[in-house]
Amino acid sequence: MHGPGHDPEHEHEHSTLSPLELRVRALETVLTQKGYVDPAALDALIDTYQTKIGPRNGAQVVARAWCDPAYRRWLLEDATAAIASLGFSGRQGEHMVAVENMPEQHNLVVCTLCSCYPWPILGLPPTWYKSAPYRARVVKDPRGVLEEFGVRLPETVRIRVWDSTAEVRYLVVPQRPTGSEHLSERELADLVTRDSMIGTGLPLQPRSSSAGASP
Amino acid sequence: MSYRSNADLGGQDGHGAVHPEPEGELFHAAWEPRVLALTLAMGATGLWNIDTSRAARETLADYGELSYYQIWLAGLEKLLLQTGAVQADEIVQGRVMQPALPTRSVLRADQVAAVLARGSPTARSPSSPARYSTGQWVRTSAVAPQHHTRLPAYARGKRGIIERIHGAHVFADAHAQGLGEQPHWLYTVAFDEKELWGANTGRRQSTVSVDAWEPYLEPG
Repeated sequence: MHGPGHDPEHEHEHSTLSPLELRVRALETVLTQKGYVDPAALDALIDTYQTKIGPRNGAQVVARAWCDPAYRRWLLEDATAAIASLGFSGRQGEHMVAVENMPEQHNLVVCTLCSCYPWPILGLPPTWYKSAPYRARVVKDPRGVLEEFGVRLPETVRIRVWDSTAEVRYLVVPQRPTGSEHLSERELADLVTRDSMIGTGLPLQPRSSSAGASP
Repeated sequence: MSYRSNADLGGQDGHGAVHPEPEGELFHAAWEPRVLALTLAMGATGLWNIDTSRAARETLADYGELSYYQIWLAGLEKLLLQTGAVQADEIVQGRVMQPALPTRSVLRADQVAAVLARGSPTARSPSSPARYSTGQWVRTSAVAPQHHTRLPAYARGKRGIIERIHGAHVFADAHAQGLGEQPHWLYTVAFDEKELWGANTGRRQSTVSVDAWEPYLEPG
């Protein structure tokens, strides 16, 4: 096995620092002392992706598209501009394409080559998205992978898998849940899960609906 | 020495089940966000580009045994050594022994929001008209290049249809090799499942696309 740190279980707060933790600290020290990085900028980067940029951004985009037909058209035609109009742009979302789920087609996004993912609207990718099983299998057995997420689609629904192999990033616009007609845009955004915008999930059902809830 | 990407996983069997995680579960150890931030901050120095860094990661010999942020850490160390920005004994000892290389810039905390919001767009003005139009059949290159590339092995030598045209973009293959941006037209090319995986695909009912630069394609 390669190097230290294979056992993150041992990194609980009372243990001494793991070899991997020490290795990263040493590297950060060298890079800081050489003047390549500013530790305050590192903190700001981490804070940004932990507290400011995440899938609630994308949920706002989807909820707006559900409520506003003109915005939906714009999003499908020029997603980069339509998303930027809500204040979300930049790193790993410079060139956006929105793909809409329909009764006969379900969209699913992957990066088989690494971990490309639309950061400005979904934040950092989840571990499973970056992992070998998802990347290897979703292009070949999308239905099998969806079942591992608890999503079973009728055989009549075609599955469209988008492998993000260049710098274009994809947002799945899920179908608006039935029974959500009375909800406000903000309430609708609460139904939009991260996974529903990758295509591995479906939006939540409105609470008052008697339809079966999805996880 | 032949170039081998250990990250080109699409279509491989034997990787087991996917393990979903709840929203907000981003890191699994305290060092992981530091590696993320160090990688992003070092990217801002201009000592390498994003395609160089993808090439550095995908050619790690032990790629398949490492966790995601271990890959990023090993890739970062590799780039630092390759560029001479840091010496091996400095990494081991955690102290500076050689002077720093000059860099384009150092990312400051008060610049982070603006730099992230700006990103690094890869669209460029095309120097020639697009060779292909939507709805046209094409065949992808069957050759495995001896350098970083973004045409996955599973989509090599396959017949597909141009579905979208994205304009001209920085060509990752050239950019990763330090050969400049060499922008080319970029297309979404869609393949039927039978073309990719053979005839025995009754259950899947699926179409897969990749984004492919023009040099990857021939009329098909």
